[in-house]
Amino acid sequence: MHSLSNRSKVVVKKEMTLTEKMYLPAILGGMMITIKHFFKRKPTIQYPEQKREFSKVYRGRHILKRDEQGRENCTACGLCAVACPAEAISIVAAERKKGEEHLYREEKYAKTYEINMLRCIFCGLCEEACPKDAVYLTEELAPANFDRSNFIFGKDKLVQPVGTSAHPKTYKPYKK
Amino acid sequence: MDQLVFLILSIISIGAALAVIFSKNPVYSVLFLILTFFSIAGHYVLLNAQFLFIVHIIVYAGAIMVLFLFVIMLLNLNKTNETSKSMLPKIAGAISGGLLLIVLLGAVKGLNQAEASQAVNADMGSVKNLGKILFSEYLLPFEVSSALFLSAMIGAVMLGKKNLKDH
Amino acid sequence: MEIFLIDKIVLIVAVFGITLLFALYSTYAERKVAAFIQDRLGPNRAGIFGILQPLADGVKFFLKEEFIPAHADKALFILGPSVSMTTALMTSAVIPWGNSLELFDRVISLQITDLNIGILYVFAVVSIGVYGIMIGGWASNNKFSLLGALRASSQMISYEIAMGLSIIALVMTTGTLSLGEIVQQQNGSIFGISGASWNIIYQPLGFLIFMICAFAECNRTPFDLPESENELVGGYHTEYSSMKLGFFLFAEYTNMFISSAIMSSLYFGGYNFPFMDQLGLSHNLVTILGTTFLFAKIVMFIFLFMWVRWTLPRFRYDQLMRMGWKMLIPLALINIIITGLLIVVLK
Repeated sequence: MHSLSNRSKVVVKKEMTLTEKMYLPAILGGMMITIKHFFKRKPTIQYPEQKREFSKVYRGRHILKRDEQGRENCTACGLCAVACPAEAISIVAAERKKGEEHLYREEKYAKTYEINMLRCIFCGLCEEACPKDAVYLTEELAPANFDRSNFIFGKDKLVQPVGTSAHPKTYKPYKK
Repeated sequence: MDQLVFLILSIISIGAALAVIFSKNPVYSVLFLILTFFSIAGHYVLLNAQFLFIVHIIVYAGAIMVLFLFVIMLLNLNKTNETSKSMLPKIAGAISGGLLLIVLLGAVKGLNQAEASQAVNADMGSVKNLGKILFSEYLLPFEVSSALFLSAMIGAVMLGKKNLKDH
Repeated sequence: MEIFLIDKIVLIVAVFGITLLFALYSTYAERKVAAFIQDRLGPNRAGIFGILQPLADGVKFFLKEEFIPAHADKALFILGPSVSMTTALMTSAVIPWGNSLELFDRVISLQITDLNIGILYVFAVVSIGVYGIMIGGWASNNKFSLLGALRASSQMISYEIAMGLSIIALVMTTGTLSLGEIVQQQNGSIFGISGASWNIIYQPLGFLIFMICAFAECNRTPFDLPESENELVGGYHTEYSSMKLGFFLFAEYTNMFISSAIMSSLYFGGYNFPFMDQLGLSHNLVTILGTTFLFAKIVMFIFLFMWVRWTLPRFRYDQLMRMGWKMLIPLALINIIITGLLIVVLK
């Protein structure tokens, strides 16, 4: 069979030559390899202090965006929930009352908007489906926790805080 | 000082030797035998025979007793699989041991004590002196014993080989 | 007499402390060397570069639960690690850690005791060292431990023979059994360089055999069959926990340090270093430099131990035995014959 990588070696079972029988040259060869690795630059990233740079299209935890006047974009149309292949999103809609115009952009809004971070596969289909520019995936990782119930992110964790940068990719909820 | 060390060593060696006989567990017996060897090695140092001291430890404590312990650990002797023994081997053992004791007593009685103490000097047991004596005065016994060891070694190898062929 | 005793006690305590310190930091070095060879960084959280890691490990060892299995032989279970540790530390008595210092109007030798049978003493202590493992392994009352102990004892006995034979060739060239004298003899000059006539030049094959046997005696990879973790769980120390396990592990590193010191003294000139008499320094300064050089050699050997460990896989048991009996012993005998012939011809 033709080799794809050209690195495969054909195994031949033949008598060992004298230098091979002495083993020492082979051992020295092996030790040369290990000592080469000893002086190599280590690829380790010291995690909490150092962080690997994310790709520009990285899909992390979600935010629910506000517009320039600080109003929530989401209109609770449910398209994201329909698009979600993992069925991680659940929405309860409510009607905007008088006097709440500064809070919600549309007449209908999401009373609760929950994403189960254990179900979410971070595919980004909710982002694609959203007609109102409301849900985005940021570069943030969903943080670890000891309790499963804490992985159900409600609006308290998802909605972009007032006065922060509007662009979802530069938005950093934990570093203000 | 020497007297005190001698006393301590003697007590240890006799006590350990008795423990070899009286301990129920064969592994303990072997360990006490090792202790006995060490205290006897200590006596060699008191007699300025350092070479004998170290060879005693290397050969007896370091090699032979390791094999001994090895075998006993493998056999795993204990009370449950000990077969009831007849009186005959016990009597035979007592008689042969008693005979050995008589021979040893006779040999010790025959020693001229003054001569023994005279021969002890600081350099007597050194490797140099021992080597010189072995290769001049006692050359024949030395070579004969080495031939004996060689034949024993060849015999052991032959026995091992024969077993291999049978299987 | 009393001053002599005080000198010796100070020296013994110093050697004891240094040996333990080296053993302690060998564990750290081992982890670091392993990590670097495997393209990792190793422990680096406790202190700068993780240098406090051994202390953390020590604290952990002390705080762990002392556990003795119900069917273990209690007395022997405790005796095992103690014997291991004691014999590991005993050898340091005859190693010349340096020449002599001239302090307070008297000459202080940096060797605890110069026995005229120094090499044989080392050899005897090494041969006793196996009891710790055997007793510990048997007393655990565990099949794996017993197998580990049996492997250890048969391996040690097999490699002791080759080791002894390689030493005999060395003794033939030096003409003495005292370690102090052997090191002093290597002070001679070669090609006009003083302090460089090391025994490795006269006994290269002997050194190779001795080194391989030292690896086997220390139970280091590729000869770590007594504790081969993928066959015997933990080998002879399977049932051990807490500081008793610590003693077994510590004894291994102490053995490594001591055998590095012995290899440096026997074959690599001990405290001698090139140009030592040509620099025109005072005696004390040369001694201190020499001791530094000895420790540099020891560190080099310890590194070699670790380097080999993280390079070579473990031998199979029949390979181990074949190597000991069918390769090393005949080679050592050939080495003795060649040495004898050369001595006769050159004289």
